[in-house]
Amino acid sequence: MGKRSIVPFGPQHPVLPEPIHLDLEIEDERVIRAIPNIGFIHRGLEGLVEKKDWSTMVYVVERTCGICSFGHGMGYCEAVEHQMGVDIPVRAKYIRTILMEMSRMQSHFLWLGLLADGFGFEALFYQAWRIRERILDLLEMITGGRVIFSINKVGGVMKDITPEMQKTVLDEMNNIERELKEIEGTFLGDYTVQNRLKGQGVLTKEQALGLGCVGPFARASGIATDYRTLGYAAYSDLDFEPITSNQGDSWARCYVRLHEIYQSIDLIRQAFSKMPAETDLEVAVKGNPTGEYLMRIEQPRGEAIYYVKGSGKRNLDRFRLRTPTFANLAGLCETLKDAEYSDVGLLCITIDPCISCTER
Amino acid sequence: MANVKRSPWLLHYDGSSCNGCDIEVLACLTPVYDAERLGVENTGDPMQADIFLITGGINEQNAPVVKQLYNQMPRPKVVVAVGTCACTGGVFKEAYNICGGADTAIPVDIYVPGCAARPQSIIDGIIKARDLFQKRSEEHDAKVKEEKKAGKHGSGSPAVSLQDAKEAAEEDGKEE
Repeated sequence: MGKRSIVPFGPQHPVLPEPIHLDLEIEDERVIRAIPNIGFIHRGLEGLVEKKDWSTMVYVVERTCGICSFGHGMGYCEAVEHQMGVDIPVRAKYIRTILMEMSRMQSHFLWLGLLADGFGFEALFYQAWRIRERILDLLEMITGGRVIFSINKVGGVMKDITPEMQKTVLDEMNNIERELKEIEGTFLGDYTVQNRLKGQGVLTKEQALGLGCVGPFARASGIATDYRTLGYAAYSDLDFEPITSNQGDSWARCYVRLHEIYQSIDLIRQAFSKMPAETDLEVAVKGNPTGEYLMRIEQPRGEAIYYVKGSGKRNLDRFRLRTPTFANLAGLCETLKDAEYSDVGLLCITIDPCISCTER
Repeated sequence: MANVKRSPWLLHYDGSSCNGCDIEVLACLTPVYDAERLGVENTGDPMQADIFLITGGINEQNAPVVKQLYNQMPRPKVVVAVGTCACTGGVFKEAYNICGGADTAIPVDIYVPGCAARPQSIIDGIIKARDLFQKRSEEHDAKVKEEKKAGKHGSGSPAVSLQDAKEAAEEDGKEE
């Protein structure tokens, strides 16, 4: 029986790109309990609906987070569109789907890199980020931005994907798939990497369900939850199955995210083959939103909820955003229990924390 | 590169940014942009850092953290505010929990605009910071030399970061 002590972890920590503070109750080198303390990036984004009208609010919502920015813009726009009864052109839906999947790919590559950095494999970290840059180049070509795109608007999208762009994207997808196959073996099969990941931070299916975990974190524990199956945007026309694993450890989370990149590549190919050649990208939206709507979408990190409520004014009455990392924090504290102190940083990364989203 | 005499180390902290600029700062350090070829190095330890890259605005809860990180850095030091939020508060300026840009908490030397700041402009900011750091180090060295000649030891000696933190704590105490 060792002596119990409390060790602060964060907010500034070499392994964390973003600030989160954890109070770790440790006994010798073993974590007994982790108490999260958030609020370092709280901006009061939801409160800005009082100052910005519902159409300019898109730009604010997009800036909830720089990694999942496209999804946030899309979720908000779809919520307001449903609220106002607007039906957007089919091509706009497909463009949203394609860009959403590309955002998911870059987010998962980013995570793979951070994971590699977490277990001290710098070359692998650079490899993952090198491939990620190729996706950012494609996104820049289509939208003009690298991380914040601002091409969503209530009623459609502002920019089109031309046939030349389509060809470039599809060519690059082949290259990215080939390059991912090259590093896949290291992530999933390397002896050292397996030692760091297998059996670490196990979260069982029952625990994940009980704590309300979402996204790849829950899927790695064997819960087949994927809100893309709800069929928003153009997902109802596409064919896919949620990727799950039953092990619930860090390795399973790596496996799920890595295979989701292949899934995204497949979805992009499917979407391009089914995309109609309309010229309309947006419909005119008149009036102000009334009533309320709750929209659920699948972000790279899991389920995000957008709630909007309006009463016919230029400003919405209420906007609420629940982000995936917030739901996963409870799961993180559970996985940290009984972990080695030196594994805390790596385990924090395995839930793919996005603190900017969480604190808004 | 021949004129670069020192290799400053970078410290990055996310104030209350949307993550976009943080990811771009990280992207700067990876092979495609590779800011480290300019003679800088990324570190996670404020006590060994010379250039402080801060992204995002300042709010009540992170202001003490930012001040502490700044005070822990040894002298001389350079602060770079990356992104519109760190420069002025940006799109969140009107939000109830934002006090303003990074300069509301600590003195900022270089402002890098952009939402999100592009890697090219961040690299430009890092180069400016590197040159400023070199200039400040030379001034600092000259001061230390002069004081040594006069037989004094104290404020001008190579800065001990804990000493800085202590002074800052005393200043904070006075304000209250």
